[in-house]
Amino acid sequence: MESRVNQRSEIIQSLQKEILALQGHRRAVDDNLPSADLGPILAAFPEQIFPIGAVHEFISYDNEDTAATAGFISGIAGQLMDGKGTAFWISPRRTIFPPALKIFGVRPERIIFMELPKQKECLWAIEEALKCKSASVVVGEIGELTFPESRRLQLAVENSNVTGFIHRIKPRIVGNVACVSRWFIRHLPSNNSEIIGVGVPRWSVDLTKVRNGRPGSWQIEWFEKHFQDISQPEIAIRKIHALKTG
Amino acid sequence: MPRRYVSIWFRHLTTDWMSRRKPDLKDKAFVLAAPERGRMVVKAVSITAQSKGVELGMVVADCRAILPSLEVFDYENGLEERLLNALAEWCLRYTPVVAIDMPDGLTLDVSGCPHLWGGEKPYLKDLIEKLRAFGYDIRAAMADTIGTAWAVSRYGQVTPLVPTGKNLEALMPLPPAALRIENETTEKLIKLGLYQIQSFIKMPRSTLSRRFGKKLLLRIDQATGYAQEWVLGIKPLVPYQERLPCLEPIRTRKGIEIALNKLLETLCVRLAKEDKGLRTAVFRGYRVDNNIQEIKIGTNRPSRNTIHLFKLFEIEIPKIAPALGIELFILEAPIVEDLTPEQEKLWASKINHDGEIAEFLDRVSMKVGSKVIHRYLPAERHWPENSIKEAKSLDEEAQIEYTEDLPRPVYLLPIPEPIEVMVQLPDYPPLHFIYQNKRHKVIKADGPERIAQEWWEKEGYFRDYYCTEDDSGKRYWLFRLGPYSAGDPKWFIHGFFA
Repeated sequence: MESRVNQRSEIIQSLQKEILALQGHRRAVDDNLPSADLGPILAAFPEQIFPIGAVHEFISYDNEDTAATAGFISGIAGQLMDGKGTAFWISPRRTIFPPALKIFGVRPERIIFMELPKQKECLWAIEEALKCKSASVVVGEIGELTFPESRRLQLAVENSNVTGFIHRIKPRIVGNVACVSRWFIRHLPSNNSEIIGVGVPRWSVDLTKVRNGRPGSWQIEWFEKHFQDISQPEIAIRKIHALKTG
Repeated sequence: MPRRYVSIWFRHLTTDWMSRRKPDLKDKAFVLAAPERGRMVVKAVSITAQSKGVELGMVVADCRAILPSLEVFDYENGLEERLLNALAEWCLRYTPVVAIDMPDGLTLDVSGCPHLWGGEKPYLKDLIEKLRAFGYDIRAAMADTIGTAWAVSRYGQVTPLVPTGKNLEALMPLPPAALRIENETTEKLIKLGLYQIQSFIKMPRSTLSRRFGKKLLLRIDQATGYAQEWVLGIKPLVPYQERLPCLEPIRTRKGIEIALNKLLETLCVRLAKEDKGLRTAVFRGYRVDNNIQEIKIGTNRPSRNTIHLFKLFEIEIPKIAPALGIELFILEAPIVEDLTPEQEKLWASKINHDGEIAEFLDRVSMKVGSKVIHRYLPAERHWPENSIKEAKSLDEEAQIEYTEDLPRPVYLLPIPEPIEVMVQLPDYPPLHFIYQNKRHKVIKADGPERIAQEWWEKEGYFRDYYCTEDDSGKRYWLFRLGPYSAGDPKWFIHGFFA
């Protein structure tokens, strides 16, 4: 009798996995694809795996948040590119300063930037880039995104396994989109009082929507090329930027 | 392949062109004249005027005496050359090698072309009929040598089509002038009663050479094919070129696409054989109404992928206006580069998809232009905005590594924006600053990092950069321009940290 119950739960588990796969949640381990370690945030995702081959949506409302979001995205992108992948960064106007991405594990020379001031062309380029199987990551900076447009992007990645990050800067209407997750990244003050200088990047991460997962809020920092919870003891040995002056 | 040449003679090139431009001149007697030694001398005569006795080289006043209704137009220097050039370009639809034969002819090297028109006869007929339909009074002949073609087109009485190997027979009854020799020699021959080529061509060569000069022998040899003669085409040959003449003029998009696909396939097969890829390609359609439609593509890397190249052309196809139809398609690859399998390596990342990224970039540059695509490499320059340079190609690798020991903002303002600051002490970071009417209290700061102006480029102050964090944790990159000793230094914001 018990074995039958076990069997049944196994069947249910495997069916659930299948459903997840059908919903676009891929197990990176199975396909031998790079994975991203987001530290504590991984708990939010089904099976504790960051969904690749999907489109994630980030929203920011001012220049400072935009920079924070770009940093957070490049932290994930760096892991997915794994030193050899190619990324597309498509925006109406380039604001990213490529050398700054190096500390987030991204090789700036492997990013192809595109500046497309027209929204229509920008979306077209993002969609085409997402279809490009040899790309690792596509970051698209765009203002407005309607539901049908986001659907197209989602359909584009389903065949190619490319991970897309749609960074919506100062959108007028947030609306409902077909992306697997919605993130808000904001700055956190470096709170230790003993050290005068500015510490490592710290963010408050709000994951307000995630497909098949548990949304939540985290306070994390980027320390020595990985994400970690700010409550970890390493805070004490925080690295200070060694500045060369004069 | 046996050589075949066509020589076209425009008997009234300039006047035909005039009446083509002004149809009411068609049956009128008119001449083109230019001043020469204080008189107006006739340079070109229309057919009607010629039939009424007006000749080349006459003085206009004399002509008017013969024909009071004669109209006189100004003769423009270099007009023939211009017209012949245009006509030669038009003739490119019949053969890739067209040369100008000043002052009134064209020479076409048609070796291997006539079969595309179904034989030499239909080929020549098509050529002559089309040119006559434009209104040009022409004669044309086809032969094995340029000399014979020239002779038959000018003086031939029997047939314009000299069969292969029958040069001598065709030349026999023609007058000596048909050999393209100087007037002096011609006159001498006529004086001696040698009215036809057959009367002297069999004479011993030494005799001919002694009496009439070496030039005559050369011309005879060139006409009979014993001496080589070359033509220099108006357009240098593009080595990578494919042609597709159509039996019926093509007017539909589908038809154009089929033609393009066919040409691409043959060209790409050839490129693959030679380990090459094309960087630019030109697709031309020769329209029935004497117009040439042209579309061009360029690629970021050498490519010989038919599907990809077709996609690039596809965006441009609507620009072709077929009008009444296109009768010949030509695909050329003016720039061709080596494409070896090793070149694929750099951009083949997680899965090897043969140049997929480059192909995507080509599509973008076809749609919106290549200037929207950028890739940056580190540059050895001081100021942050100059510290990156654009990569020239997809395969260019960085000479130096990007550094990460200095803090750099993720979001860099293209131009530093001035801010108002409150500073406690010189060489200290500001206490607070006002940017876009918002006051930010500085809680933490790192710096200064002094970045000097590149003295070899330009004189100017250094910048002292500070990384600052305000009360809400937002991080800014600020700098002071110049020292305090130089008066009230200005402060700027240059970026936002992640």
